[in-house]
This record gives sequence, C-alpha cells and structure tokens, in this order.
Amino acid sequence: MAKKKFVVGCFDDEAVLFPAVKKVRTSGYKIHDVYTPFAVHGLDHALGLRETSLHTAGFIYGITGTATALGSISWILAKDWPLNFGGKPHFALPAWIPITFELTVLFSAVGMVLTFCYLCQLAPFVKKHHFHARATDDLFVMVIECTEKTNADDLKAFLASNGAIETDIQVAEEGWWLGRYDKDEHPFQNKQTVVA
Amino acid sequence: MHLKYESQLREPLVNGDKNYHQVTEDIVRPIEAKPSRLWYVGFYIAVALLLFGVYSIYRDVTYGIGQWNLNKTVGWGWDITNFVWWVGIGHAGTLISAILLLFRQGWRTGVNRAAEAMTIFAVMCAGQFPIWHMGRVWMAFFVLPYPNTRGPLWVNFNSPLLWDVFAISTYFTVSLLFWYSGLIPDLATVRDRAFTKLRKRLYGIASFGWTGSTKHWQRHESLSLVLAGLSTPLVLSVHTIVSFDFATSVIPGWHTTIFPPYFVAGAIFSGFAMVQTLMVIIRKVFQMEDYITLGHIEAMNKVIVLTGSIVGIAYLTELFMGWYSQNKYEGYTFWYSRAYLFSPYGWSYWGMMACNVLSPQIFWFRKMRRNLFVTFFMSIIVNIGMWFERFVIIVTSLYRDYLPSSWSVYYSPTIWEIGFYAGTFGLFFTCFFLFAKYMPVIAVAEIKYVLKTSGENFKGKMDKLEEEGVEKFAHDHAH
Repeated sequence: MAKKKFVVGCFDDEAVLFPAVKKVRTSGYKIHDVYTPFAVHGLDHALGLRETSLHTAGFIYGITGTATALGSISWILAKDWPLNFGGKPHFALPAWIPITFELTVLFSAVGMVLTFCYLCQLAPFVKKHHFHARATDDLFVMVIECTEKTNADDLKAFLASNGAIETDIQVAEEGWWLGRYDKDEHPFQNKQTVVA
Repeated sequence: MHLKYESQLREPLVNGDKNYHQVTEDIVRPIEAKPSRLWYVGFYIAVALLLFGVYSIYRDVTYGIGQWNLNKTVGWGWDITNFVWWVGIGHAGTLISAILLLFRQGWRTGVNRAAEAMTIFAVMCAGQFPIWHMGRVWMAFFVLPYPNTRGPLWVNFNSPLLWDVFAISTYFTVSLLFWYSGLIPDLATVRDRAFTKLRKRLYGIASFGWTGSTKHWQRHESLSLVLAGLSTPLVLSVHTIVSFDFATSVIPGWHTTIFPPYFVAGAIFSGFAMVQTLMVIIRKVFQMEDYITLGHIEAMNKVIVLTGSIVGIAYLTELFMGWYSQNKYEGYTFWYSRAYLFSPYGWSYWGMMACNVLSPQIFWFRKMRRNLFVTFFMSIIVNIGMWFERFVIIVTSLYRDYLPSSWSVYYSPTIWEIGFYAGTFGLFFTCFFLFAKYMPVIAVAEIKYVLKTSGENFKGKMDKLEEEGVEKFAHDHAH
C-alpha cells in the first residue's frame, strides 16, 4: 500500500477551527480529514461532506425484519403446521405484532451497527495511522493531503497563521491494516500529562 | 462561527473550571490508577455472592426446582418476582440514553454510560431466572424457532411467554450495541493516553481502531440517533410484553388491561432508583461530583416522584376496579388477599404502598431532592418497594385461586431460592465493579460536546449576553 504525504495542523478550539477549515478549502487545498475528540456539529458541512445514508440502511434492515417475522410466523402457524388453539384463527395477526415489532428493531439495530463498522472500518485488531495522539483528547487535528504541487512548508505556515497551535509533516498510510497499538511509536506521548 | 448559548436559568451540567483535557483527565484517571481497598472489598463480596448463586443454581440443576418451595398453586414465586424486578431495573439505562436523547435533555450525558452498563447487567441477571426455572435447562434451545426433526414442532408465536423470549433478547442485544457503539470513542481516548503496553494493546483492540474522523463522527451521530429512536419504543415494548405474561391470563389480579402502562412506569421508577444508588456511590468514590452534579441527582429524583405517583394511581385504580367490577374473584384478590393488612400476605401489599407510593412523596421538596443521604436511602427503599410489588402481583394472585381445595399453604422461599437471588446481585455487582474499573463511567466525548454550552466556567462568560435585548442579540449573531 502506498504511503502519502500529509500536512497536519492542530487546533485547540473549534471556534478557530471553523474559519481555518473555510480558508484552507477556499485556498484550494484538499483536506484529507479532521480528527476531533467529539462530534463537532456542522464540521461535516464545513468540510463539504455529504449526508450519511446510514439511516436509510437502517430503514431497509427494519422492513427486512418485519417481512421476515410476518413471513415466517404466518407460514409456520397457518401453512406448515397449523395448530388449533381453542378454535381460534390460524392467521392470528394481532398476536404476532409483538414479535414482529421486536424483530424489526433487532434487524434494524444489528444491521445498522454492522454497516457502521463496515463503512468506518471499525473492528477489533484494526489499526490505522493516528496523526496525533491528542486527537481523542483535546485537539482538533486537520490533515491536508499533499500533491506534487503543494509546498508543505508554505502550507504549515499558512495553517499556523490561521490559528494552528502545532503543525507537522507526516508520511503515512491512509488505509487500515491489522495491527497492534502497543507496537507503535508514540511521537506525542511525552507531551501528554500522565497522571496515575 | 458557532454560537453556543444556553440560558443562565439552567444549572451547569459540568461544575468547576474545566477544559477538554481536564475532562479526559478527570474521567479516565480512575482507570489508570490502582483501585482502592474499598474497590477490592466490594469486588470480593460481589464475587462471593456470585459463587453462592452458582452453587444454588448447581443444586437447582442437579436436584430440580423441587428444591424451591414452589408448588402447584404458587407456580411462580421468587424466581419470576426477581426476573420482573431485574428487567424493570434494566429499563432506566435505555430510557436515559434513548428517550432523554430524543427529548434533548442535556443532563443525560453525565449519567447515561453508567446507566446503560447497569441496564445490560440487570438484563443479564433477569435472564437467569426464566432460563433456570425451566428445570431441564439443557432443553432451553426448544424456545428457538428452527426447523427441527420433531415434526418440525414449532414454538407457539401466540404465547406471551415466547414474546418475552424475543423481547428480552432483542432488548439485551440492542442495549449492548447502543452502549458499546457509544463507548468506542471513549475507549480510543483511553487507548491514546495509555502508558503501559498491555493497556495500549487491550484498549487498542477494544476501541476497534477509532480515529475520530469527521465522517466517522457524522455516521456515529446518525447511528446514535436512529438507535435512540428504535430503543424508545423498544424499551416501552419490553415491559409491556413482560406485563402481558400476566395480563393475558385469566387469573384475578393478573387479568388487567392497566398492566402495560403500569408496568412501564414501575420499571422506570425502579430503574432510576437503582441508577441513583449507583451514582451516589460513583460520584463519591471516583470524585466525579463535578460531572454528576446535584442537578443530575435532582432531575432523576423528579422522575422518581413522577413515576412513583403513576404507579400509586395504578394501585388505586386496581382497588377501585376490584370493587366497581362487582366480580367476586377480583374483589377477593384485591380487597382481601392484598389490601387487608391481616390476610396472609397483607404485609407485602402495605410494604409496597409505603415504599412506592407514600415515601417518594418526600421528593416534592427541593431540599430533599438535592440531599444525597435522602436520595441514597430512598433509592434503596424504592427498590425494596418494587420488589414487593412484583411479589404482591405474583404470589397474592396465585396462592388462593378459584378452587379452595387447591389453596396453597403459606409460600416462603428456601435458602436456594434466596441464594439464586443473592447470586444475581453478585453477578450484577461483579460486572459493575469491573466496568467501573476498566471503562470510562461517564461518556467522555459527550461531556466535551456539552462543555462549552453547559460547563460552569463557559456559562459564566455568557452573562453579558443575558443583558442584551433579543433583537440586538439576533442581529449580532445571525448567520
């Protein structure tokens, strides 16, 4: 897998990050991603990301569950082995509502979580390059992909002038691989405050 | 630029002068520090209880459930009482994380993670009772509808007991997914701070390679919202279905249309009480007073007094209907077996009334809602009361049925029934102690998300906005 060159700018305030994102984008740079410690609302729009369709997938899984439940219960109780419960109708729809509802929810929830993990490449033993160890703590880490035309030093200065408190150039793998986190070098570990 | 503004009338959700790093520091510290002696003492007590429970279950499987004091008349006793009790407790977590998320209640962020964990452990405990009550537990897979060589002999989809199987297992699965998907970013925070190799490795595995990418957060938000939307009817359906176990029968005392809403209110009531019990301890032991504030405690006490009063109205409605229906069996169950103090189980009914209806009324007073000692004491009282409620419903309806010749002698549990119950306490607290030690008990990322709107130090800076007129404010800050 090919490695790429990235310029990394770290911000410590989302109020500074937003204008910086805007400026970087209008200047024609391609933002690879912004890593944040929590969900910053509106950042996806600022980056020009499209809305996620995860909820549509959830709906489709849900109706699959509904259809599975109704289909199998009606086949089982009305066709395959009709049992006589006190002369009541074999096709007893009201009594099937609870299980139909539960399977709808179950299919939808399980399907969505699996889809989410698949789309975000999340799984045990998955390893990715982390541009900054504090991206899950208190820094908003903007990562810009370099092309052959990019002057990385200029870009670093540009980020710093837009409020980045720390800038850096990194050559990194952009995908995921199977790996262990304790085999890492931790370039930023010594900057963390360690409290036991 | 984002404008983050919240009225000064609202209490801060995070006290003290915090920034993002401080939040991480405060919440992750207990994971990185050695556990206190108190933790070990509590953990070993929990494990001891668990082992006693395992031994009780071993006896149950070896000798059959004849070692319980159940008989033909009282066929459900402590086991199903405990099942419903634990399931009820297991409702608060998902209620807090799902319904309060949809209602945009900011205070849920301080307590949701621990409450969800509690939910999962409570449902695990609840599940034990119907499973081991089967007696021949190695036949448990008969409840699954799969094409088999016995016909195929299918399960009865019209039976509320089968609805229960589906409801409880769906509820457990969805709660677990909801809890863990919320936990992934926080586990990544722990991973990135870890300074021992083992911790780095284990939290690396547990956090699924989370990076905090904006796209991932966007999907994560969408996932949480839809899971909350799914869990909201789910949490209401689960206890509704549990109540159907009783309501669809023709036993006086069970055969009641009021049961679904009454059970759901009771479940929320007992669940919040258990959350209070745990939160009062957690905030003290882990020094989380800044995150689980008196405001959080007060908000939950308000829910307790509301739901306690709802179950109170349900009890009174049942009594009224017992008289108004002019059905002598109903009347006997409600007015003799339950409400008459000197009937064999009258004590349990009045214990329930005192614990669930009368004592929570103390929370009409703000001073009491914000008093930790009262809160802790009341949370225990409420859960005792809710145990009585299930006992009353099950045993007082069964022990004297239509035919006086089959009336039961006084039902009281054997040591092995009590041991089984104690064992589930052991299971619950063993899991909870491990959770509190190895996982962030508060949702780190979610606290950071509300910090700048609801943190005490950030709210302080909003004072001058309060003085501005609405028009000027809108003019200055409109996009």
